[in-house]
Formats: sequence, C-alpha cells, structure tokens
Amino acid sequence: MDSIRLFIDFGSTYTKVVAIDLDKEEILSTARVPSTVETDITLALDEALRQIADSSGIGSLEKKEALACSSAAGGLRMVCSGFVPDFTSKAAKHAALGAGAKVIGCYSYKLTEQEIKAIEAAAPDIVLIAGGTDGGDEQVIIHNARMFSRASRAISNIIVAGNKATYDEIRSLFRDNGKNVIFTSNVMPEIGVLDVAPCNREIRELFMRNIIEAKGIARAKSIIKDVIMPTPSAVLEAAKLVADGYDGVGGLGELIVIDPGGATTDVHSIAHGHPSRGDTLAVGLPEPYQKRTVEGDLGMKYNTDTLLELIKGRETPPNFTSIVEGFHEGKLPETEEEFACHQLLSSIMVRVAMDRHAGKIEVIYTPTGEKLVQHGKDLTGIRTVIGTGGPIVFSSNPRQVLEAALFREEDAFSLKPRNPRFYLDEHYIFYAVGLLSQVEPKKALNIAKKYLKQI
Amino acid sequence: MKKAPTVITGTVGSDVHVIGTKVLSRALRDAGFNVVALGMQVSPEEFIKVAQETNADAILMSSLYGMADLDLQGFNEKRLEAGLGDVLLYIGGILGLGRHDFKEDEAKFKKLGFDRVYPPDVDLNVAINDLKNDLKAKGKM
Repeated sequence: MDSIRLFIDFGSTYTKVVAIDLDKEEILSTARVPSTVETDITLALDEALRQIADSSGIGSLEKKEALACSSAAGGLRMVCSGFVPDFTSKAAKHAALGAGAKVIGCYSYKLTEQEIKAIEAAAPDIVLIAGGTDGGDEQVIIHNARMFSRASRAISNIIVAGNKATYDEIRSLFRDNGKNVIFTSNVMPEIGVLDVAPCNREIRELFMRNIIEAKGIARAKSIIKDVIMPTPSAVLEAAKLVADGYDGVGGLGELIVIDPGGATTDVHSIAHGHPSRGDTLAVGLPEPYQKRTVEGDLGMKYNTDTLLELIKGRETPPNFTSIVEGFHEGKLPETEEEFACHQLLSSIMVRVAMDRHAGKIEVIYTPTGEKLVQHGKDLTGIRTVIGTGGPIVFSSNPRQVLEAALFREEDAFSLKPRNPRFYLDEHYIFYAVGLLSQVEPKKALNIAKKYLKQI
Repeated sequence: MKKAPTVITGTVGSDVHVIGTKVLSRALRDAGFNVVALGMQVSPEEFIKVAQETNADAILMSSLYGMADLDLQGFNEKRLEAGLGDVLLYIGGILGLGRHDFKEDEAKFKKLGFDRVYPPDVDLNVAINDLKNDLKAKGKM
C-alpha cells in the first residue's frame, strides 16, 4: 500500500487527482471535482480524495505524501520588463513562460509612469526585470528598477535577471523598502545566448514559498505534502522527460505537446528547431529548447467569441452559435451535433496555437537575390505530437483535432510538423507525470510511455 | 582606469564573407577591446539592437561584395532614432563594384553616417589606432 502516490492538479475549473501504484507502474484511479478555490481549496480536494479512497483504499499516509501543481486562482501571473523587444524583453518572456507563468504584460525600454500604473492595476504575482547584456547597457534596467522600487504594494515580488553589473546599485534602490527582491543570472548574458534556467528556478521557488500562500492554495498543505509548481510547468517537465528519456530509458525524441483548455491553449515544443534547409539562415534570439507558448485568447469556455471570429467564413453545422453559447456557460457536449461543434472549435484552437508557436520562414530581398531567413523554430521534422487537455482528451475524434497542427502547403511559411505520429494522453495524467518526474523520473517516464496512446 | 570599450564587428547585409571580420575581431581582442563578434550576414537592424543591449562604443562593419551601400541606406537615421548617435561607425572592405577610386567609396559612406571608411588593403593597426584615438577624444578610453 505504501507504493501508492497521489498527484493533484488544482486546475482553474477542476481539481483532479490521480493515484499511481509506483511498484506496478499503474494508474489505480482518477477523480475530477469542480474547483473550490474561491471558498476553500480543501473542499474539492477532500471530495476528490474521498472518491480515490473509495476505489483504491488509500489512507492519510498517501495523502501526506501527495504532490500537487496548480493553475487555480488565475495561475501564476507575471509581468516582464526588458530593454530591446527582440532581445531582453523576449528573453524575459521566455523565462516566465518556461516557468509556467501567464505573462500578463511584457514591456520594453524605459518604463513610464503610466506603464507603472497599468502594472500596479494588473497586480502581477511576480515582476521580472531584465535589460542589458552582462557588462552592457545599465541605464534602462536601473531606471526600471527605480520605478518599481517606488511602486505601490500591488508590486511586491520582483526578480532581477539582467545586466549583473547593475546589481549593487539596484540592491541599494530596494533597501528597506519592503519589497521582496531576488537577484539571479541574466536571462540574456551575451548576445545570442539565452540562459533562462536559473530564472525558472527562482520563479518556481517564489511560487512555492509566497504565491500559493497568497492565493489560499497553500491551505492544501494541511492535507498533502506540497504544491510544487504551476500546472503548465508540470506539463513541460513531463514533455521534457518523454522527449529526452532518463538514465538509459529512451525517450520519444523531439516532440510537441498541445494542451487546449477552458481558458488557454498551451503548446510546448521540446526541440532545437534548427533550419531543415541548408539555405535558410536562422535569425533573432535563439528560442529555448523547451519552449512554451500560451494563447490566452484560445479557451474553449472563456474565449468562445474569439473562436467564433476565427471560424468566420467556414462552413458550420446548424445551431452552431447557440451550441457554442452553451460551451461558454460551461456546458459539456452531449449530442452528436454538440460534439461536432466542439470538434470544430477544438481544431481551430489547435491550428491557431500551433501557428503562433511554430517558426516562420521569411523571404528577404537582397542585392544578391532572394534569401530565406527563419524566425523561431523549424518544427517540420518533428515526429511526435502529443495531445492533452480536456478538449482533446474528451473529444469524439482526438486524432482529427490534432491534425489541425499539421504543416499545410497553402501556408508553407509556417514551420509546423509535416508527418508526425500522434499520441493521446488518454487518462489525462500528463501533469502527474511531470510531478512524479521530480521524485522518481524513471518511473514517471515508464508510466508516460505506457499510458500514452498512439492514435 | 576605464573598463575596456565594447566594439561590435560583423559583415553587413547578405554578404557571407567572414574572414575579414574574423581577422579584425582577433586583432581588436589582442588590442584589449571587448569584442562582440556577430559574424556574417548581419542585418543593419541587428547591429543597432546589439549596440543598444551591449552599450557598445563602436561598430566596425565589414563588407566584401561591393553592395554595402544598398544594405545601409537609411542606416544613419535608424541608429540616431535608436539613441546611438554617440557610437563610432567604421566600415572597411570592397565597398563598390568594378574598378573605381577608393575616394568615391569614402565619400559615399561618410554621407551614410560613417566616421571612418577603409579600403580592403588597410593595415589593421592603422584602423585600431584610429579607433583608440577617436575613443580617447570622446573620453571613452
């Protein structure tokens, strides 16, 4: 009995629990209860654990060892600030997204009073300040640090990840000012070098120490062991593990994970993304090997208006608009007609999210003729695409939804995968794999490979 | 003792020649400069963005395919807009097509905003000395 581990996801809509037998590397049971984070997060948690206990006979011992991730209470909301948009601002954004955050604002150059007011109004959980290579520009980051040091309590957690030569001065700006300021390595220490791992670690630490407390999520620690990362981080960890393998157990190689949901559609690519054509030059800041994008306007429940806009002009089933209204109100598809509409919306979410995530080819005209340059990652050669998230897992035809991520000749400049195998996270446990990977990576990998279904 | 000045090198535009800029970068490093070497096919915009983030004191562009003036139309305006009016701009190499007088190249690129222009057979020590003098005059060395 003590080889059973519980993994919990405090989602924005549902609190989910999965019980895994670590010795047999088997899923014992899963439970899904509407989230109660607004009132008391432990209510839904208790109910979900009760359901699990009924089917798997777990006791308080297992509960005490349970690990959780969370995207509840708005998730981890961050604002990024850097210097040049294509350089340190982008690097800061990659760092935040890679840590599982929702980037609610990304600013460049010296901040104005008005911008600071807007950031205060947004009340981010963490502000990430970058700017200047190490030994490079000092003015912008110091100016911005000064502005933030004078800001209201709405901005209280700050991570500084820019030109290290400015740190002494920035430290003195924040002395005795009550804000929680953490210094870490520059997200872009040199031109062309992205170094987001140290920043990712600090973000996660801060999330575990402060953020979950502030959101009432830490209350769950009275029952379980800990909430150790934002949910998207758990999915990203799982993706990395499944791609790279661990300690002699092979992974699936470079891959993409697509995760549409009620509020957002996330795409994760674990891939270098080098140009596949010899005549193409990669330009711009290199993208992270583990790259995550979040489309905040592509949620099945919250953004039905955006999705309807994107579908305009295509053929839709009868009663389409009223059925979609129902999804917006939280209704789940039941009839065949409703499933068809759901399918259509899910496909759009996947197609657009993949478009935005994948790299692009640009033709530039030079004195020596046409040249091809690549922005972002070339994902045309990716051989594995994994679908997770409610709209795919509970769809009537997951494969069809995932096919919306494929490369299309009509849009050849978008470097999406040409010929991948498709897999489904059938039991909706990817987040659990990510959590388990933090304590038992080999078992997590075996379980992932066992339960990912090729479709 | 001021810290070592930061200089950016690279071959501008769609030019793939890289030896000139590599030799120059090596000489600059030996002379004690902090060199950010961008290699070949560097767009004018990239020079500007890199100069901003690294707080560079000078940009030394190389070009060997004779068409740099096409690549650099409007460059001066862009760099001024980016707040880089105080950055030294040098260019060297084969700066025009066919047989012509170097003086024409010099005039053309000075008009495009460059402080100094060099022919392909320049002694790099001369260029580096010019750089040191220009930086000293600006109080950056």
